[in-house]
Amino acid sequence: MKAAIQAVGLNKWFGEGETRTYAVRDVTFEAYFGEMLYVVGPSGSGKTTLLSIISGILRPNTGAVTIEGSAIWDLSADALAEFRLRRIGFVFQDYHLFSRLTTAENVAIPLILQKRAWAQAMKEAEHDLDVVGLKGRAELPPLKLSGGEQQRVAIARAIVTRPDILIFDEPTASLDGDTGRNIVDFVRRHILTSRRCIVIVTHDGRIFDFADRIMQMEDGRLAGIERENLDAR
Amino acid sequence: MPGILRIAYKLLANDRAKFAALLVGITFAVFLMIQMTSLFSGILRRSSATVINIGASVWVMDPAVQTAANTIPLPDYILDEVRSIPGVKWAVPLYSGVALLKLGDGVYQSASVIGLDDTSLFGRPTLLSGAIDDVYGENAFIAVKDAEFRKLGKPTLGAEFELNDHRGVIVGTARVAASGLFGMPTLYTTYNRAIQYIPNMRFTISYILVEPKTLADVPEIQREVAAAGYLALTKDEFINKISNFYKYQTGMGTNILLMTVISFILGLSISGQTFYTFVIENIEKFGALKAIGAKGSELISIILFEATFVALTGYGLGVGLCALMIWVARLYLPGYAAIITFLNLGLAFVMVVAIAAISSYFGVRKVLRIEPFDIFRS
Repeated sequence: MKAAIQAVGLNKWFGEGETRTYAVRDVTFEAYFGEMLYVVGPSGSGKTTLLSIISGILRPNTGAVTIEGSAIWDLSADALAEFRLRRIGFVFQDYHLFSRLTTAENVAIPLILQKRAWAQAMKEAEHDLDVVGLKGRAELPPLKLSGGEQQRVAIARAIVTRPDILIFDEPTASLDGDTGRNIVDFVRRHILTSRRCIVIVTHDGRIFDFADRIMQMEDGRLAGIERENLDAR
Repeated sequence: MPGILRIAYKLLANDRAKFAALLVGITFAVFLMIQMTSLFSGILRRSSATVINIGASVWVMDPAVQTAANTIPLPDYILDEVRSIPGVKWAVPLYSGVALLKLGDGVYQSASVIGLDDTSLFGRPTLLSGAIDDVYGENAFIAVKDAEFRKLGKPTLGAEFELNDHRGVIVGTARVAASGLFGMPTLYTTYNRAIQYIPNMRFTISYILVEPKTLADVPEIQREVAAAGYLALTKDEFINKISNFYKYQTGMGTNILLMTVISFILGLSISGQTFYTFVIENIEKFGALKAIGAKGSELISIILFEATFVALTGYGLGVGLCALMIWVARLYLPGYAAIITFLNLGLAFVMVVAIAAISSYFGVRKVLRIEPFDIFRS
């Protein structure tokens, strides 16, 4: 399988001297197109820090991240922002939808940032709302939707620019068990493609069976990778 | 409109409570600023009404004169001396004083009386009724038809009154460019009749009005008059002198300035705080936008657009409200002095831009400091 993300020798620490604390320590791994990779571990194990580093949000102290041949941490701040906008889709734990905008406008934001014409952006946003099963909800404000529906709006926003890589941060943390499983199942069946890599940070054991591989983090280190599902598929 | 600004507008306008609070804050601040400064402008203009209405190029006066109203009579020989200055084309006396009138119905009313040079009638007002030659008739006066005209009992031509046991007759009505400051009606007559009817000190000339041969002669005229112990000012210099007196020596300017500053602080505190709260409430969303790929310049443009939109809308509403209030006030108080000038509008505009800039500065600082990483950690 072709590597979508290559992370080599990642280290991230906070503080200096005696107060230096490692959040991520000597982490090296690859994520592949067509796979759904989970990053799991207890609270404080470095999952979120690792997610931020590989998605171009938090600069590592040492190490490199390469996405389809581009060493992202060699890019300038503006170029990196542009890279994230075009190549990476984010689904945040709390969704972070603007309550004063309609769902379609929320979904269209990445397209607007790409300088797409308003009407075209809305059209594409409505299309992707259909894709995530929210047909007819385009004009509603997010607060009129259920938690699961808001999650779907966030997913539509993440995929609207057709990114290669999708980053999910605790996607089921705010959802009940069934809704959480339904969402991940939906992502697995409809969003994951052979040209897309999905990385999910979670500690929700109820959705582990949807993963292709599961990376276990402990104290900032990569404790192990389970490969069962990837090999099977 | 670029899509990002459209998003900015929707984020602002759809939060109706905060949008309304921002608009009310800015509108009220602009209203107060313009109202205060307009009132002051109106007072300053009226304080120079005699100078504006007479319109002479150069005014000769006692150096102690501070406003057009507090005249200090000049000796007659000064008129001859001024006329003898080589650069003077002509010079005429002007009387300006206050008289107590007894109107036809027995009511007493103070009035400002302007006595024009008998020969030239220089500085005469624009007549609305009657003929200018009638001012040479016996006991003749011309009444100015301004906001104070009704205090004369709205006289018609031929209406009579008493002035210091003299009979006065209205032979015409006229309009002038500026009404007086002190709420008194104004009468025009000839210089000689004015000094004959109104009790005076030894000297009777209030001002000497001078027309120089050329503008280049003005400095020389001013030097010659100064050498004689008097003061010659151009029309603009005299208006400035009067304005400066009201601004700096009456406390009026300081009070108006204070009120304007208070209005500014009021507007700044309301809109600044509301705008900052607006940014803080959306700070995580801004962080999410940053994570998605929005550049700092795009986030700044959102905040600046919102601040500018609110500032300009509030400015327009504030100016409109002030104009409406002045219009309504004049319906009930014809002598209401406020006048909106370009300087008032410019001053308020600068202040409202400052409010927007300061308000948005804190928002921009906050947004630029938010780390997308914090969004994941939330």
